[in-house]
Amino acid sequence: MAQATGQPHFLQHHFTDVEQQRESAKLGMWIFLITEVLLFGGLFCAYAIYRSWNPDIFHNAHVHLDIFAGTLNTVVLITSSVTMALAIRSMQLGNRPATLKFLITTLLLAAVFLVVKYFEYSHKIHLGQLPGKFYTFGGIEGTNPHIFFSVYFLMTGLHGFHVLAGMGVITWLIVRTQRNAFSAEYYTPVEMTGLYWHLVDLIWIFLFPLFYLVG
Amino acid sequence: MNELPTKSYLNDPKGLKSWLLTLDHKRIGLLYLFSIMAAFALGGIFAMLIRLELLSPGKDFMEADTYNQLFTLHGAIMIFLFIIPSIPAILGNFALPLMIGAKDVAFPRLNLASWYIYILGSAFAVYSMVAGAADTGWTFYTPYSTETTTSVISMTLGAFILGFSSIFTGLNFIVTIHKLRSPGMSWFKMPLFVWGLYATAIIQVLATPVLGITLLLLIIERVAGIGIFDPAMGGDPVLYQHFFWFYSHPAVYIMILPGMGIISELISVFSNKKIFGYKAIAFSSLGIAFVSFLVWGHHMFVSGQSELAAMIFSFLTFFVGIPSGIKVFNWVTTMYRGSISLKTPMLYALSFLFLFTIGGLTGIFLGALSVDVHLHDTYFIVAHFHYVMMGGTVMAFLGGVHYWWPKIWGRMYSELWARISVALIFVGFNVTFFSQFILGSQGMPRRYYNYLDQYQPLHAFSTYGSWILGLGFVIMAVYLVHSLFKGRVAGSNPWGALTFEWTTASPPPHENFATIPETTHGPYDFDKIVPKRTLTED
Ligand SMILES: [Cu+2]
Repeated sequence: MAQATGQPHFLQHHFTDVEQQRESAKLGMWIFLITEVLLFGGLFCAYAIYRSWNPDIFHNAHVHLDIFAGTLNTVVLITSSVTMALAIRSMQLGNRPATLKFLITTLLLAAVFLVVKYFEYSHKIHLGQLPGKFYTFGGIEGTNPHIFFSVYFLMTGLHGFHVLAGMGVITWLIVRTQRNAFSAEYYTPVEMTGLYWHLVDLIWIFLFPLFYLVG
Repeated sequence: MNELPTKSYLNDPKGLKSWLLTLDHKRIGLLYLFSIMAAFALGGIFAMLIRLELLSPGKDFMEADTYNQLFTLHGAIMIFLFIIPSIPAILGNFALPLMIGAKDVAFPRLNLASWYIYILGSAFAVYSMVAGAADTGWTFYTPYSTETTTSVISMTLGAFILGFSSIFTGLNFIVTIHKLRSPGMSWFKMPLFVWGLYATAIIQVLATPVLGITLLLLIIERVAGIGIFDPAMGGDPVLYQHFFWFYSHPAVYIMILPGMGIISELISVFSNKKIFGYKAIAFSSLGIAFVSFLVWGHHMFVSGQSELAAMIFSFLTFFVGIPSGIKVFNWVTTMYRGSISLKTPMLYALSFLFLFTIGGLTGIFLGALSVDVHLHDTYFIVAHFHYVMMGGTVMAFLGGVHYWWPKIWGRMYSELWARISVALIFVGFNVTFFSQFILGSQGMPRRYYNYLDQYQPLHAFSTYGSWILGLGFVIMAVYLVHSLFKGRVAGSNPWGALTFEWTTASPPPHENFATIPETTHGPYDFDKIVPKRTLTED
């Protein structure tokens, strides 16, 4: 709402100044990220328990994951975190074209991540390396090898969903940037999305060794 | 005499659309008030039906399966739709920004979104009722919850969605309290209700995501049979219980902490005396929030967790008694030599003190391992839980509703009828639930449809109590609605309180204050300031 008092147009009425608004958004975002950590925390806990009960299965099953695909995706996501950071930096400097460029790159890298994940998943579905009652693969020794794939699909699936959600938000940012909504004075949404995107990246950095490199 | 302001948040702007799209925290509080009260009425009717069926052994008027569904719905609705959101989402939303001298919460749009998410989650819960209601109990324990043919998914999905609503409220409050306090209001000048909401919000934010993932896993388990909680497939049903109680024990503090905050306000204002031990009360809220995360295993003493774990959980559970005791002693000391006025809100506060103390002490019994093995899954648990939740939280909630009622609407309810109602509720409550302590100690198991003849007199007694209780609530509904039209105009400060919300008009204007108030004194400095009351005795 535009204010008659010469306040910037992006300042909401219940904040006294821009600084207070920005600080509030930041704190809110950090709290949101904590809730995300706890959401995944439950699954990490399940991982720890089932792995400690079935160390052999986790070892025997993990060799069926594609380390090349996993490594590729790790590189892709880390790169996307860099481009996201560059997008924020560009907006801080008021460079809108550069911001757009970096945001689009981030979006494309996220898409690459999901495409690679798609090929990994479809390969597993083809072989029957699946959770619970869908498990039909015969090549892993030990009782209940499907447990590994239950945990694998749950965790990477939830993570993949977060990548997808991030892509939605980044698309929205691209549209908003094109419409000139952000400036060197006001880029809070870009910055907050960046925080979220780094967390998504960070979670993958834990998932990658826990599943692909447990041997 | 007092007059209502011509323009207030209630009538400016006008129209249904302006309410449904409102970003005003006061209006959102009212949207929550109406929807949560509807849930409370529904859960209450279910409770009355359960008690009616238990009037005598065997079938009275419903089948055992229906009975199982009813106690599940009663529990799930009262927990997820009523008591968790009740105080923060209604009274917190209305009063928090006013009490810290802010124009609104930090994220008004998120606040409105939380209400719509609440409605969506409730819609799933209601759908579950008509589509073959769940009969698992509100805890949704596996393996039964993955096997029963009733509609577990829509109910758990409803609870999952309601979790987001709770998280958004908590997140909003933390940021609001950190960043939007008016100039001069330092942390230790904040009203204690704000401290209570703050501690609550921390738990909401930290615990609710774990419930989210738990219910998500349960839904996936039920839909896809991934075996994560199924021992036949290498999964672990006890893991479900750990996950569930990691949320649901702290959740009982989501329910009680804001209530304790209200009690601090009421005791000080109606004793007309500075609160005793302000910092002790404030920090004990944070202490309770902290300890709450370390005691979940006391729900699983007989679920097959290790003896060592059970001993540690039992030991830690006793610690909860310390900050709770600190609060109770400080409240009692505040009243000592105060000039106590027994208005309706104070009557609720006194009821709280009495009932919560019983509820808390019986909690210590249950935290003791050997005693718990005997009392586990009996009516003793049911009675303990209702003394804490209804005797504690609901009494505090009702006290808060009556305390802020004149601020919300600008009008007073009938003090006489309110006192009759509080008396009926207090007596009815004790008749209903004290008998259940005795039933439980004699071995009556909870959730049973049928029982031995020897339990009949106490069951009947308990059912009679539920009628008194129900009558009290019906009277309350009538005089509260009546007050909206015919109540005396209250003026800005009917109780003579010192916190900010009483410095602005009743009902307040859309922007809360004509000018942002400045902190010149503490919230309970009755020793230094004589507040001007706008309403005199009849
Ligand atoms: Cu507990």
